[in-house]
Amino acid sequence: MPNFYGESPAIQVMPIKAGEKIDTSLLQSIEETLNKSNIQNIGFILESSNIKVKFKTAEEQLKARSLIQNSLGSEHIVALNLISNSPNWLSSFGALPMYLGLDLRGGVHFLMQVDLSKALEKTTASYLSEFRSQLRKEKIGYYDATKKNDVMQIKFKSKDELKKGKNIIRGINNNFDFQEISVNDEIILKIIISAQTKKSITEFAIKQNLETLNNRVNELGVAEPLIQQQGLDRIVIQLPGVQDTAKAKEILGRTAILEMRMVNEDNVDPIAFEEGNEDQIPINSEIFEDRFGNPILVKKQVILTGERITNAGPGVDSQTGQSIVSISLDGKGASIFKQVTRENIGKRMALLLIEKNLTEVVTAPVIRSEIGGGRVQITGMRNAQEATDIALLLRAGSLAAPMEIIEERTVGPSMGKENISRGVQSTIWGFVAIIIMMAIYYMVFGIVSVIGLSVNLLFLIGLLSALQATLTLPGLAAIALTLGMAIDANVLINERIRDELRNDNTPQACIARGYQMAWGTIVDSNITTLIAGLALFMFGSGPIKGFAVVHVLGILTSVYSAIFVSRVIVNYIYGNNKREKIKLSIGEIFKVDNN
Amino acid sequence: MEIFRVKKDIPFMKYSKISAVISITTFILAIFFIFSKGLNLGVDFTGGTMMEVSYPKAANIENIRKTLKQIDLEDTQVQNFGTEEDVLIRLPIREDLSIAKLSEKVSAALKSSDNSMEVKRVESVGSQVGDELYENGALAVLFVCIGIMLYLTLRFEWRFAIAAIMANMHDVIIILGFFAFFQWEFNLTVLAAVLAVLGYSVNESVVVFDRVRENFRLPKYRNSIVSVVINNAITRTMSRTIMTHLSTQTVVVSMLIFGGEILNNFALALTIGILFGIYSSIMVGCPMAMWLGTNQSNLAITAPEKQKENTKI
Repeated sequence: MPNFYGESPAIQVMPIKAGEKIDTSLLQSIEETLNKSNIQNIGFILESSNIKVKFKTAEEQLKARSLIQNSLGSEHIVALNLISNSPNWLSSFGALPMYLGLDLRGGVHFLMQVDLSKALEKTTASYLSEFRSQLRKEKIGYYDATKKNDVMQIKFKSKDELKKGKNIIRGINNNFDFQEISVNDEIILKIIISAQTKKSITEFAIKQNLETLNNRVNELGVAEPLIQQQGLDRIVIQLPGVQDTAKAKEILGRTAILEMRMVNEDNVDPIAFEEGNEDQIPINSEIFEDRFGNPILVKKQVILTGERITNAGPGVDSQTGQSIVSISLDGKGASIFKQVTRENIGKRMALLLIEKNLTEVVTAPVIRSEIGGGRVQITGMRNAQEATDIALLLRAGSLAAPMEIIEERTVGPSMGKENISRGVQSTIWGFVAIIIMMAIYYMVFGIVSVIGLSVNLLFLIGLLSALQATLTLPGLAAIALTLGMAIDANVLINERIRDELRNDNTPQACIARGYQMAWGTIVDSNITTLIAGLALFMFGSGPIKGFAVVHVLGILTSVYSAIFVSRVIVNYIYGNNKREKIKLSIGEIFKVDNN
Repeated sequence: MEIFRVKKDIPFMKYSKISAVISITTFILAIFFIFSKGLNLGVDFTGGTMMEVSYPKAANIENIRKTLKQIDLEDTQVQNFGTEEDVLIRLPIREDLSIAKLSEKVSAALKSSDNSMEVKRVESVGSQVGDELYENGALAVLFVCIGIMLYLTLRFEWRFAIAAIMANMHDVIIILGFFAFFQWEFNLTVLAAVLAVLGYSVNESVVVFDRVRENFRLPKYRNSIVSVVINNAITRTMSRTIMTHLSTQTVVVSMLIFGGEILNNFALALTIGILFGIYSSIMVGCPMAMWLGTNQSNLAITAPEKQKENTKI
């Protein structure tokens, strides 16, 4: 039902901070803005969390969006949306229009691959630094703590020390498997993260990435985005109606990870750096370049990561006038930061931004004094725009593991409309042709079949709406194809009835036997089609899945409508007539005498 | 109206040897083209980027090629797509550029050379996804074949199952052969069509086999030879066959006319599938079942109704 009413372009205004209330004053200000520039709207919807404004055309919608965004400022998100035009009484009992796929409404689809091994590595690194500081605190004699991928290894001075160290590590977290090795008088403890813990680490990483993506998409201002995990290490993102795909990609695809580490200032040999002589680099350090291309030797140990950031905003340094980003750290982050700055006054701390395996030292200032309270300013921004971008990235949360776009499908809005009309036209004209053919060939029975087929179409559309299955262009093709194939059941029945009539049975008996004999064949042939449909659904992805859903549902509805619906109509027409010799209008029947 | 005014059963099985030669020849030809020319796989399977852009006026293909060359994109395919205004650009996967960056680079370059350009559609698939889609496609075909064979073995018997699947595979191979010969693009949507044909064309075999089985159980055919029974079954389902396929084909033609470029190859695959489906279920499936030794006795064993009839007599 709701499909007849269609949808209107609309904009949706939401406050940036979730939970903030929407009131009538906001509605008034939106109304005023629109009135000032003479944009006609066709209705407001005021809800507790957002305001929706409907428009007649998409152009008005776009104009209104930029106007409202300008007048409201950055406190609100103004997103494009489509709103069903169904009257309230329909929506009130849950009747929704069909959910259109991206190829029909326009938008972007991304499939992202999450690099979970990086998440494991990161967690391992933070465990290792925790062990180090704990061992140091307890004054346990160890002299080398390293990690390789996700296996940690600590060398102890004696077996006794190892035992104590092991207990301490157990006290921190009891999810490790240990392995004691002694080679060449070295007493080594291997610490292996258990499979169970690995699983929970990766699960957590995916969860955090999903959350981060959610935040980022919110910043983009998209109504009804879809962000979903797919398989073990993939995330699907669908942004309907997004037109500026470049911006979307930039915000989503920026896999920025922020890390704070100390600069290694002992044994600095600048010449070795210039020549890229790897032997000169101490084991505990790595070389990265800063924004001016100068190499900086940075320790591998990570002090803090972006996870500890609770808020970030762009700003201007009051003394130098440079663009800065000021960040706030959470409790644990603040205390770590305080301790590190206290212990390292006069030394340099590096701030690294890791994007797609490219690590860059954004800034490496000298620590002047102990910094408490968790308020940190990052200098070294090129300009105000960069400060804004980085702040946005940091505020929207960092990713627990880097991601990469491995599939992208973009459909422009005009293309979406074109696709709808293509699919609908194919269906309509195919349907019309079938009606004509059936009516000519099978007369009244043909018309009954066509009525059954129309009912089938209604059922199918109704079912798709009720299930809110995503309708795509292949899905529309499947609707058309289902109509063409569904008629098979009616043809089988009608041919059977003709067969029976050839054998000079009474009309009533012919109808009954025709339906009865055709039943088995219809079931057999539909089940085999169903098997193909299910395979498509199981193994298919994207466009194939859309096709499969409609195909499978279409088979089910067609069996019902062909058999039951047409039978009811046939009974209504011929059923009350008890005479032996009524004439069934099923077209001319050719009889073979020598049968 | 009755199209088929046949007085006697058409002796289809008499031609089965000729049709076998035809089938085997087309089959071998199809396989030859699949291997010699190969399928023109779309980006869904190979990985890569496909962009559809449109201009308000007829697009200047040469200019687009030049622009792409300027940004160091060699190995690209630029061609008109449907109309003069629409252009399809295909780019292979680049090691040094992520797929997200590639399409952006292209659209930025094209926009700067002609601002009226509009990007209508972008499809980028990374190599790993491409491989997976390819694998899943093959798995789906396998699953359908096994599923259908199992079902037909249960409902009919194994001879019919094998015959139906052979008829089916014949259709699928010929569709692929056509796609290889004409180098039409084979993408996910076409694969969906191929699988739909698998399910659909087996319908045809089921309807004929159903009749064959029914005939075997009729007292009239108790002592007839198998080919007579099959001929009668085919002749009597002929009208239904033509009507059903005609109506499905009508819809597919409507898709060919109105469906636009995206549905074009989908509809083509279905057309070939439907046409060869009729042929193969009659001239491949039935002779196959006959040669495999289907007769009254195998169906009598699997048919309890028949046994009842026997005991009555």
